[in-house]
Amino acid sequence: MTGTGVLTRLALRRDRLTLPVWALVTGGMVASGAGSLEGLYGTAAERAEAAATMTANSSMRALYGPVFGDSLGGLVAWRFGTFGAVLAAVASLIVVVRHTREEEETGRQEMLSAGAVGRRAPLTAALLTALALNTAIALLITAGLAGQGTAGALALGLAVAGTGMVFATTAALAAQVTESARLAKGLTAAVLGLAFALRAAGDAGGSSFLTWLSPIGWAEQVRAFAGERWWVLLLILAAVLAQTAAAYALTARRDVGASFLATRPGPAEGRLATAGALAWRLQRGTLLGWSLGFLLGGLAFGGMAEGAADLVGDNERAREIFERMGGQSALTDAFLATMVSLLGMLAALYAVGSVLRPYGEESSGRAEPLLAGALGRLRWAAGHLVIAFGGSALILVLAGIGLALSYGHDLGPILGAALVQLPAVWTLAGLAVLLWGAAPKAANAAWGMAGLCLALGWIGPALGLPGAVLDLSPFGHLPKLPGPDMTWTPVLALTALAAALTAAGLAGLRRRDVTG
Amino acid sequence: MTKAISVVGLHKSFGRTHALDGLDLTVETGEVHGFLGPNGAGKSTTIRVLLGLLRADSGAAQLLGRDPWKDAVELHRRIAYVPGDVTLWRNLSGGEVIDLYGRLRGGGGLDRARRAELIERFELDPTKKGRTYSKGNRQKVALVAAFASDVDLLVLDEPTSGLDPLMEEVFQDCVEEARRQGRTVLLSSHILSEVEALCDRVSIVRKGRTVESGSLAELRHLTRTSVTAELAGPPNGLAHLPGVHGLDVRGGRVTFQVDTDRLDAALRSLTATGVRSLTSTPPTLEELFLRHYTEEAAR
Repeated sequence: MTGTGVLTRLALRRDRLTLPVWALVTGGMVASGAGSLEGLYGTAAERAEAAATMTANSSMRALYGPVFGDSLGGLVAWRFGTFGAVLAAVASLIVVVRHTREEEETGRQEMLSAGAVGRRAPLTAALLTALALNTAIALLITAGLAGQGTAGALALGLAVAGTGMVFATTAALAAQVTESARLAKGLTAAVLGLAFALRAAGDAGGSSFLTWLSPIGWAEQVRAFAGERWWVLLLILAAVLAQTAAAYALTARRDVGASFLATRPGPAEGRLATAGALAWRLQRGTLLGWSLGFLLGGLAFGGMAEGAADLVGDNERAREIFERMGGQSALTDAFLATMVSLLGMLAALYAVGSVLRPYGEESSGRAEPLLAGALGRLRWAAGHLVIAFGGSALILVLAGIGLALSYGHDLGPILGAALVQLPAVWTLAGLAVLLWGAAPKAANAAWGMAGLCLALGWIGPALGLPGAVLDLSPFGHLPKLPGPDMTWTPVLALTALAAALTAAGLAGLRRRDVTG
Repeated sequence: MTKAISVVGLHKSFGRTHALDGLDLTVETGEVHGFLGPNGAGKSTTIRVLLGLLRADSGAAQLLGRDPWKDAVELHRRIAYVPGDVTLWRNLSGGEVIDLYGRLRGGGGLDRARRAELIERFELDPTKKGRTYSKGNRQKVALVAAFASDVDLLVLDEPTSGLDPLMEEVFQDCVEEARRQGRTVLLSSHILSEVEALCDRVSIVRKGRTVESGSLAELRHLTRTSVTAELAGPPNGLAHLPGVHGLDVRGGRVTFQVDTDRLDAALRSLTATGVRSLTSTPPTLEELFLRHYTEEAAR
C-alpha cells in the first residue's frame, strides 16, 4: 500500500477538471430535479395523477422504474434516480480504468512502480479517487434535496453513489483481467448495460426477480422518499466489498502490465494490404460486441413489450388511463418507439467511438507511418468511417430483428422504426467527423454531444426544458415509429446534414497538420 | 540531376513556439545526409513537413522534385520512413505490420527474399504481437519494412534508438547497401560514430535554423586542432597569432588550440623556434558538435 497517498494525489491532480464536472453534472442533475418537477406537478393531486399514469405505462417503467411515492421527492427519485445511478457508474468506470489499466498500458505505471510504490497502491489510489467522486455526488444530492426530507435525500444520494462504487469495483476487476483499457471499459460497460436491461425488464414486465439481479435495481429498491429500505444499501456495500476483494486478490498475483489472458504469437507474414482492411481489423472486435449487445437488447425489450399490456389488468384507475393513452396497440407501439429511440441514442455512442478511432490512431503516433506511406488521408479516414456509419446501421438492424423476434411483431415496421434512428445517429457521427477533422484538440467533445443528446432524450422532458433546447438533439426531430405517422422531412434533412458535416470534417482533415 | 531534398527558409509555428525558423536543407541525390542538432532543434518537425504530415507556414520544400504536401501520396510510394519511436498495434504481429507498411506503398508489396533476409539479419521474431516487443525490437520492425522496400529515399529519424551494438552494425551495413544501390538517405541521429561512419554530408540545425552544412572534413576545418610541442627555445610571437587559443607555456613545452584554418601559420611559428617533438590532435566529433550545439556558429 506504500505510495497510495502520492498516487491518489496524482490522480486527483490529473483529473482536477473532469472529476468536479462529473460530480456537478451527476449530483446537480439529480439535486435540481425537485425544482423542475415542481413546475410540472405543483399540487399533490397532479403528482398522484402523474404517478398513476407513469406506473400504467410500461415504457415509462422500463426507462425510469416504478413510482414508489408520489411526494415531490419520490417523483425526483423515480425520474432521476436511475439516470443518476447510470451516470455515476459511467464516471466511476472511466476513472478507475484510467488510473489502473490505462497507466499500465501506456507504460506510465512502470516509472511509478519503480518508485517506493506498493503492488496494491495503484488500485487503491484508483478506488479512492472513485470514492471521492461518488462521495461528492452523494453530498450534492443529499444537500440539494434535503428540503424534501433529509432521510430520503440521504438514501437517494447513497443509492446513486453506491451504484457508482459497484461499477468502480467492477471496472477494477475488469482492469485486472484484460490487457487493454479499451477492453476493460467495454467489459464494464457491457455489465452496466446488462444491469440496466435486467432492471428495465423486471420493472416493465412486473417480474421483480430480474430487478433484484441488477445493481441499478438495488439503487431503485432503496425507495428513497417512499419508506426508505436502508438494508438494500447493505447489498450494495456487500457487492462493492466482494468485487474489491477479488480485484485485490488478482492484482497481487500478476505482473505489472500483464493480464490473465495470455498473448499468443501471430502470423509471421500478414495479409493486411489496405487501410480499409486495417481499420476493419482494429474495429471488428468492438463492432462484434455492440452487435451482440444490440441483438440481446432487442430480444429483451421485445419480450417486455409482450407483458406491457398484462400488467395494467388489475388496477381500475390504471386501466382507465391506459385506455385514454390509446389502448393496447397504441401503448405497445409507444413502448417499442421508446425502446428503439433509446437504442438509437446508444448507437450514437457507438458511432462516435468508431469515428474517433482514427483520432486515437493519430494521437498515439500509429497513423504517422501509415500516412508516410502511399496512403491518402481520405482513404485512411474512409476505412474507419465506413465502419462507423455502416456499423451503426448494422447494430440497429440487429436490434430491430431482436425486437421483432421476441415480440412476434412483423419485421417490416420494427426494422423501419430502428432504421429511422439512423439519420440522427449519423448526424452525431458527422459532428464527430467535423470535430476530429477541423478541430482535433476538441475531438473528444463529440462524446459530450452524444451524452447530451442521451440526457435530453432521457430526462430532458422531465426538466421542463423549453422546446428549443430539446430540439438541439437530432433524435427529438425523428418521427415516433412504429406508429402511424412517418414524416420524411426530418429524416431527409438530418441525412443531408450528416453528409454535410462529414464532408466538412474530411475537408478539414485534408488541410490540417497530423497531430501526435 | 535534381536534388533529393531541397528546403529553403522553412517556417513552422505551433502556437507561440517557433519550431522552424527559416530552416534550409539540401540533400543531393544518392548521398547519405546526416541531420543533426540538439533535442528540440526542429529535426523531427522538418521531417514531418517533408512527409506531408505537417504543413509549413512559409518557405519552399521540394522532395524528389515535387511538393511534399500536394503530391504526398505519389511521393510516398518512393519513400520509406522510420520514426524514432515506433508504436505498433497491440494485437498485430510484427510480420503483419511489416507487410502492411509494404503493401500500403503499392506495387505488390515487399520483395519476399529481401524481407526474409532482413528479418534474419536483424534477428527479429515476426510472430510476436506488437505489445510484446521491446523498444529495440519495435524499431527493427520499422527498419525491416523500410530496408525491404524498393524506394528512392529513406527518411530515418533517430532510427537506431534502442538497438544493441550488433544491430547497430547491421543497420550501418544496410545503409551502406542502400547507398550502393543509389538510394538517398536522410539520417537524423545523435549517435556520432554512426554519423561519421555513414554520412557523406551533414547539416546541423539549432533552434529551427540550419547553422552548418557540409562534409565532415569541411566542418572539421572550421574547428580547432589541439597542439602540444617541445620547443628548442621560448615560443616567439605565438601568443599574438590570430586563431591561437589557450596558449600554455611551461619551460619548452607549449600546448594550445588553433583554428584549423590557421594551423599552417602556427606551425611555421613553431618551426622557426625549432621543434623537438610535436603531437597534434584533430578535433573529436564530440567537440565539433558540442561547439555547434552550444554556440551560435559564425558563418
